[in-house]
Amino acid sequence: MRIAHPTRALRTKTGTPLLSIEGLEVHYGGIRALKGISLSIDQGEIVSVIGANGAGKTTTLKTISRLLPITAGTIRYDDRDLGAMSTEEVVEAGISLVPEGRAIFPNLTVRENLELGAFHHKHRQTMAETMEDVTKLFPRLGERLGQDGGTLSGGEQQMLAIGRALMARPSLLLLDEPSLGIAPKLAQQIFAAIRTIAEAGMTILLVEQNTRLALSVSRRAYVLRTGEVSLEGDAKDLAKNEEIQKAYLGGV
Amino acid sequence: MNGILAPLVTGIAQGSMIALIALGYSMVYGVLKLINFAHSEIFMMGSFFGLFALQHFAGLNPVLATALAMILAMFGTSLLGITVERFAYRPLRGRGKSSLLRITPLVTALGASVFLQNLAQLLFTARQRPYPRLFAQTRPLIFATAVVVMIALELVVKRTWFGKAMRALSTNEEAARLMGIRTSRVIGITFAIGSSLAALGAILYCLDQGDAYPTMGVGIGTRAFVAAVLGGIGSIPGAMLGGLLLGVLGELVKFSGFEGSVDIPVFIVLIAVLLVRPAGLLGSTRAEKV
Ligand SMILES: Nc1ncnc2c1ncn2[C@@H]1O[C@H](COP(=O)(O)OP(=O)(O)OP(=O)(O)O)[C@@H](O)[C@H]1O
Ligand SMILES: [Mg+2]
Repeated sequence: MRIAHPTRALRTKTGTPLLSIEGLEVHYGGIRALKGISLSIDQGEIVSVIGANGAGKTTTLKTISRLLPITAGTIRYDDRDLGAMSTEEVVEAGISLVPEGRAIFPNLTVRENLELGAFHHKHRQTMAETMEDVTKLFPRLGERLGQDGGTLSGGEQQMLAIGRALMARPSLLLLDEPSLGIAPKLAQQIFAAIRTIAEAGMTILLVEQNTRLALSVSRRAYVLRTGEVSLEGDAKDLAKNEEIQKAYLGGV
Repeated sequence: MNGILAPLVTGIAQGSMIALIALGYSMVYGVLKLINFAHSEIFMMGSFFGLFALQHFAGLNPVLATALAMILAMFGTSLLGITVERFAYRPLRGRGKSSLLRITPLVTALGASVFLQNLAQLLFTARQRPYPRLFAQTRPLIFATAVVVMIALELVVKRTWFGKAMRALSTNEEAARLMGIRTSRVIGITFAIGSSLAALGAILYCLDQGDAYPTMGVGIGTRAFVAAVLGGIGSIPGAMLGGLLLGVLGELVKFSGFEGSVDIPVFIVLIAVLLVRPAGLLGSTRAEKV
């Protein structure tokens, strides 16, 4: 598994998180969507962010990827200030986002979609190898390389979106609701793949509404509520938390 | 039989030139979702650049002179296209409130068009300047150029990283940026390609049938725009098909002995096609994201 390439793994100083967000505020026009959230992720962790519709989960991920302007606060990534970077620079620095709703390119083939993931010239030489890894991880994609992305099923499109993000050999993978609108069986397969990627050393920030699934793969989790972090802690503890059980796990 | 062949061949030649210009409208629409009204003026500028170059190379072999003039004019219009994008369109990107988001760039595009037309009047005066009659037969040149351009464009769009980036940007700008694609660069190159194709079309057009003058872009620019819409704006094969159809249709109308303007039946066909296929012949029928 070369996706999280051991030679490319970022060496952070012990104790410094790979990604740390502090006091992050984001507005959509006059709407304050994030009201000063703070969170951090260590190298090699899976951390999930859970919360109801409109809590600000997607906003958080899009802001890390610099698709949205920051009103206040900082985002640091291995000693670099993401606030000063463009989306392209963030991708180049090793952060790939799998966006909500997948956003694959429907009229490009599966192969072309994957190739675009390796768009930066430094990934082009190793593209064939990486594609081998990705198709090993998602054999369904390997069988459908010549097909237009838009002809895939929802679950397969999600696999394509994740595979495409992996083509950039990221150090940090941001996943926005990978289980959204996908049959439970395929969602299980996708989460199995997420585990495999994590075991290979990838650091993952996972956003989910499927709290049970999210907590089952994560080490730690944050709960967002209307733009604020309302709870945080070990995933195991949160799974037992009464409030969470009531609000997000459908009763005790 | 022989009677209808002549207008068909003429129509294909006309259509090839229209297609070269239509491609610029369509490619730019693809990446920016903007009708670049200044494109017809870029075409006009291309015909002046070509004329000056041809005058400069007057002593040379006509084929060589034409080739050099094409290269120089393509270079000139590329720079012009990139400049228009850089100073008229780019400052507006990502700004504006939702309802104005699509109107403002359109107004700017019209403004850029008027500006270029006036600039040409100022620089070149309003008089018509005849092109040298270099070839007894311009059609072989038109067909050869059109075929080479279509094949080259197909290869660029399907086989190169730039082509993939351009198609990705056309379908989903945000996702394209998440691939690490520098969208501003892709947009700039798209303007350069579209503008240089307009220069090619301009030189062929003037060699075939006419003079260069500052308002020449209005008529042929409109026809090229109609061709792009007819074929499905945003679609490259659509622009080619739309151009050819329009050219052939125009000649067939003349052949049929129709008395009025050729534009009347052309617009009737356009309206008929759009009623049946609102996205144009080869346009994407998926609902457009706003
Ligand atoms: N483009 C936008 N313009 C205005 N407000 C927005 C926009 N996008 C999101 N919002 C608002 O910002 C808040 C946070 O939205 P966000 O999409 O981040 O939520 P989410 O947690 O991802 O929700 P979901 O689980 O439904 O995906 C919501 O109140 C939403 O209405
Ligand atoms: Mg969301």
